Amino acid sequence: MTAMRAALIGAPNSGKSSLFNTLTGNHQKVANYPGVTVERRSGLVTTVSGHEIKLIDLPGIYSLNDRSLDEKISREVITGTHASEQQPEVLICVINATNLRVHIRLVLELKTLGLPMIVALNMHDLATRDGIEIDTQRLSEELGIPVITTVAVKKSGVARLIEFLDRDASAYDKTKNNLTETTTRALQKEAGRITKLVQISEGGQHKMTRILDSVALHPFFGLILFFAMLFFMFQAVFSWAEAPMDMIEGGFTIIGELVASNLPDNWFRSFIEDGLIAGVGSVLVFLPQIIILFSFILLLEASGYMARAAFIMDKLMAMVGLNGRAFIPLLSSFACAIPGIMATRTIANHRDRITTIMIAPLMTCSARLPVYTLLISAFIPNTKVMGYFGLQGVVFFALYMAGIVSAIIVAAVMKKTITKGTLQPFLMELPKYQIPRLNQILLGLWQRVRTFLRRAGTIILYAAIALWALTLYPGAPKDATEPDIYYSFAGLIGRTLQHIFEPLGFNWEISIALVPGMAAREVVVSALGTVYALQGSDDQVAQSLSTILQTAWPLSTALSFLAWFVYAPQCLATLATTRRETNSWGWTFFMTGYLFALAYLIAFIVNITAKALMA
Amino acid sequence: MTRYLSDLRIGETSIIQGFDTARLHDQEFAADLEDRLLEIGFEEGLGVEVLHQGPFGRDPLAVKIGTMTVALRRTEASAIILQNGDNK
Repeated sequence: MTAMRAALIGAPNSGKSSLFNTLTGNHQKVANYPGVTVERRSGLVTTVSGHEIKLIDLPGIYSLNDRSLDEKISREVITGTHASEQQPEVLICVINATNLRVHIRLVLELKTLGLPMIVALNMHDLATRDGIEIDTQRLSEELGIPVITTVAVKKSGVARLIEFLDRDASAYDKTKNNLTETTTRALQKEAGRITKLVQISEGGQHKMTRILDSVALHPFFGLILFFAMLFFMFQAVFSWAEAPMDMIEGGFTIIGELVASNLPDNWFRSFIEDGLIAGVGSVLVFLPQIIILFSFILLLEASGYMARAAFIMDKLMAMVGLNGRAFIPLLSSFACAIPGIMATRTIANHRDRITTIMIAPLMTCSARLPVYTLLISAFIPNTKVMGYFGLQGVVFFALYMAGIVSAIIVAAVMKKTITKGTLQPFLMELPKYQIPRLNQILLGLWQRVRTFLRRAGTIILYAAIALWALTLYPGAPKDATEPDIYYSFAGLIGRTLQHIFEPLGFNWEISIALVPGMAAREVVVSALGTVYALQGSDDQVAQSLSTILQTAWPLSTALSFLAWFVYAPQCLATLATTRRETNSWGWTFFMTGYLFALAYLIAFIVNITAKALMA
Repeated sequence: MTRYLSDLRIGETSIIQGFDTARLHDQEFAADLEDRLLEIGFEEGLGVEVLHQGPFGRDPLAVKIGTMTVALRRTEASAIILQNGDNK
């Protein structure tokens, strides 16, 4: 027996994704539709008597007007005109019982397609809570479609739906459209008529939501709450993650040492120790930050607060042509651009999403911190400016601000040129607050962690190995006067690059260190350690390196190097993520190109200005 | 004088009379705004109340329609015509 193909479809806030999660559990695949950034989620449901249902979760849409990519893909899939997705045999339209009027309109619109369809009347528990009473029998008669009540967040709440699905594909009736006019207005009118008929009691507004919003959306307290929440989130990402990050780092060091003491000293040991373990370790160390960050994001999303955050930030984001929803991805990018770029999936408009992805790497990620710390402690005197602020802190702050200000400028320029398009309306339902369900949060977290780990195990791993090979081969000649890396391919590349980097004040040591630094930004610190022939742990290297650099580099070079790091796309993992999320080499090259160009330009300006000032 | 949703103050209620997207500056933007407003739940004859305003420039607005709350920008709200007479 072949599995039946069914598709979940519904408006935003219908609880469709929760329903999908509860129905399919962990048996789901998340990918993109080929060539576009629309997420394709699919999973398998098995019923009591062994019927298998291949379920796909279509993007949340209000209509099939082809206005957004989401709407276009959904329409193509359910009408059977999509290039790679087979037409589903049954549609399951998820509607929100607390907002019938709006959601029934989509049911009526889908009915015009004539596919077999059932309606999942979701959030039935919330409707009852708010005093809304619905005559489901009558609703089913009016629509001419089976209606099944569901509570998507609970396993028991979807039992009746699974029970209903326990039949052959041929046992579903095709829907018949009995409306002559199918304009949005006509459908809305009909939806209003049906809602009046079936809604026995209208219920009141959710009291708790009203109370919470009077604080969360208050022009003053709402803003305070918002920033307090951000501050807490940042604190958590950086301080809670510290211990587990140290443990992961320590773990990789121990494994590295174990390998070192048990294998003969040859290329294979170096491959395992310096290539595999050090390479993957340098990325996996960010896992705790990613887990904490996404836990917060998922909690805020599930509770309904995220829509309020978008509400608060919308005006500021609108100034650069973006929308309130771009705020969270950009915020995440301060920890690491990878989860930030992944989080742009909540931005419905394609152009807005691309713009947000392009500026995400300008947010100072935590991998830049070791580099900043090293150079600031070596070159910036710890004096006070204006009697109160430490100069080192001021420089730190200036580096962060340089990134933010540049991001604003780049976004504004992009929105006026390459991602130009009609202004997108900011129409968004503010959902009722809900207590997040642990299992839904854990499932979401697991999906993100899995994506991250898979990447660490593939593209990041290959990059680490490639860079390892470049820094090790060919070996140094017998009469070598420089450190080994000088003679390797990486050294060769670095020495070639030096001609390009000379105007920035970079010497050959820096140019060489930039090559392995492509794996991850902070690798530059240990790479500099290698070129200056230092041995020991990262911390030891950083400490003695600081002293060496003070004599080896002029101040102008140090400042230019810092400026370089604000912009340079020195992170293959970010570029790989961009390639995956935009599904376009073009955008990936654009990001790489514009960031390098900016890095070069700004570092050049910093270098000549600093030189001129010191002369 | 015609009143629009963007003219309502916090706590004020009114009833939607219709839409006039032609009065927006950006006509490309206004093109299918009416359909979008309908789709998210704005409709003639429905009661509306402005619940909240954004902290910067009193934009966007959070508007109550029935039992749901919708956020929209002031520009978008200025395309929604309100009934006269029953404003407090």
